[in-house]
Amino acid sequence: MSRTVYDLIGLAAGIAFILALKGLSHPKTARRGNLIGAFGAGLATLVVFFYSNENSSLPLNNLGWILGAIAIGLVIGVPAARKVQMTQMPQLVALFNGVGGGAAALVAIVEYLNLGAKASTPVVVFTVFTVIVGCVSFSGSIITFMKLQELMTTRPVIFPAGRFIIAATLASVLGVGGWVVTALGTTPLLILAGLSLLFGILFVLPVGGADVPIVISLLNAFTGLTVAASGYVLDSTLLIIAGTLVGASGTILTRLMAEAMGRSLFGTLFGAFTAKPQDVAAAGEERPVRSGSPDDVAILLNYARRVVIVPGFGLAVAQAQHTVRELADLMISKGIDVAYGVHPVAGRMPGHMNVLLAEANVPYDQLQEMDEVNPTFGQTDVAIVIGANDVVNPAAQTTPGCPIYGMPILEVNNAANIIFLKRSMRPGFAGIENELLYDPKTMLLFGDAKASLTKVVSALKAL
Amino acid sequence: MEPMAIVSIFVLSVFVGFEVVSKVSSTLHTPLMSGANAIHGVILVGAIIVADHSKTNLELGLSVAAIILATINMVGGFVVTDRMLEMFKGNKK
Repeated sequence: MSRTVYDLIGLAAGIAFILALKGLSHPKTARRGNLIGAFGAGLATLVVFFYSNENSSLPLNNLGWILGAIAIGLVIGVPAARKVQMTQMPQLVALFNGVGGGAAALVAIVEYLNLGAKASTPVVVFTVFTVIVGCVSFSGSIITFMKLQELMTTRPVIFPAGRFIIAATLASVLGVGGWVVTALGTTPLLILAGLSLLFGILFVLPVGGADVPIVISLLNAFTGLTVAASGYVLDSTLLIIAGTLVGASGTILTRLMAEAMGRSLFGTLFGAFTAKPQDVAAAGEERPVRSGSPDDVAILLNYARRVVIVPGFGLAVAQAQHTVRELADLMISKGIDVAYGVHPVAGRMPGHMNVLLAEANVPYDQLQEMDEVNPTFGQTDVAIVIGANDVVNPAAQTTPGCPIYGMPILEVNNAANIIFLKRSMRPGFAGIENELLYDPKTMLLFGDAKASLTKVVSALKAL
Repeated sequence: MEPMAIVSIFVLSVFVGFEVVSKVSSTLHTPLMSGANAIHGVILVGAIIVADHSKTNLELGLSVAAIILATINMVGGFVVTDRMLEMFKGNKK
């Protein structure tokens, strides 16, 4: 295959990626957009096997190794993507992003080893960039994965003199990067990779649970840029286009997400440098709460005219989507006005809850976005908060300095009655106490969300 | 490649990337991130190229690792995005 044909096919793949991103930005075309992207990626991968130039002849060297490695990747990647619970999907995306960054760093390292002294200075500079950012993206994504999977604490990890350690690590990363460019050599490059991995860990550790999605999105944009840089090293226009597209759109998306959560990007990334370690609200302190039985809840609902259901991650964990829909249908049949108030970041990522409720066939017109539902809480008789916490925490509006301050919330505190379905008094993902739990108009129903809802449904049927 | 050509490709791609996603509802943030994530899996192409160039065992070993990781990124990314979007179908109206 000639270089011209190869480049034209690469261009077609680049266009496919643009159409994919465009499609993914609109609900109606999103699925098709993703398929177009997959087609472009498949096409780009396929043509590499048929292209030869002065550096490579056909069939490719090490063809067996290449095909074997692809097979292993398929055997790991496809089942992971198909079998993952939708509730755990955000951490899988984080993991996929991390391995992409790791792959880009490895590609740059191999090409560097291969070129040796032949490498031109710009190529070495881009190699250094790819190794640094790829490694940061890899180790940073692993930490976000562990936070989301709750393999480690979701709270910001802040250690004494943390900011100096981080700054020193960054300085040495840049220093060693300069060393690689001037001195050339395998050892400096491997030291660079090691330090970059360390920096990625230190960079993500201080990020609080609620901000993790923003960091994933940012690392995603980083990985895009590393792919673009390795495209320069390998003289591949396609990699430059694809990587830059992801880098640019990922940056915009990160900003949009930060806006949806009412966070400044800067505050998210560097908040840990300035914030004092949080007061972990009064561990062990017993404060009175009003807890009720499923019958109490059913009676309250039976005499309500308008009920707003606020679903959170806890609902998804309990797999209670279907029971919630049953309860909603029952209330509607009794003439009660029912809506779901969906916070943009309910769940673990923006839009995550919409995916989960859509899975349970909740009618789309009952889902109300925050701006739509917030003005109606004043006329709402009962707000049922199921497994959500941070997204209804009034501290976001009233307590400057708390980690979620400034995040827009669902103002359930304006409803006449509030019912919290909770497993325990444990605080939410962001690790902050919720004053609303102690409000006199709040009733708590402890237990597994699905079991509790089932009891409420049968109690309501009996009335 | 000409440096100026590379700069042009880069700058134009940045603008296209900004433009295509500038208005997107929060409902689609997660699938969009996941889809973009799958797209950078094309680093697989780069991994295959360096595997072809590899002359030492070290280079080949690292390339094979890169291919495995890139394949997971690309294929897994598109599959999981499709699963997410599948949930939306049917109840849009």
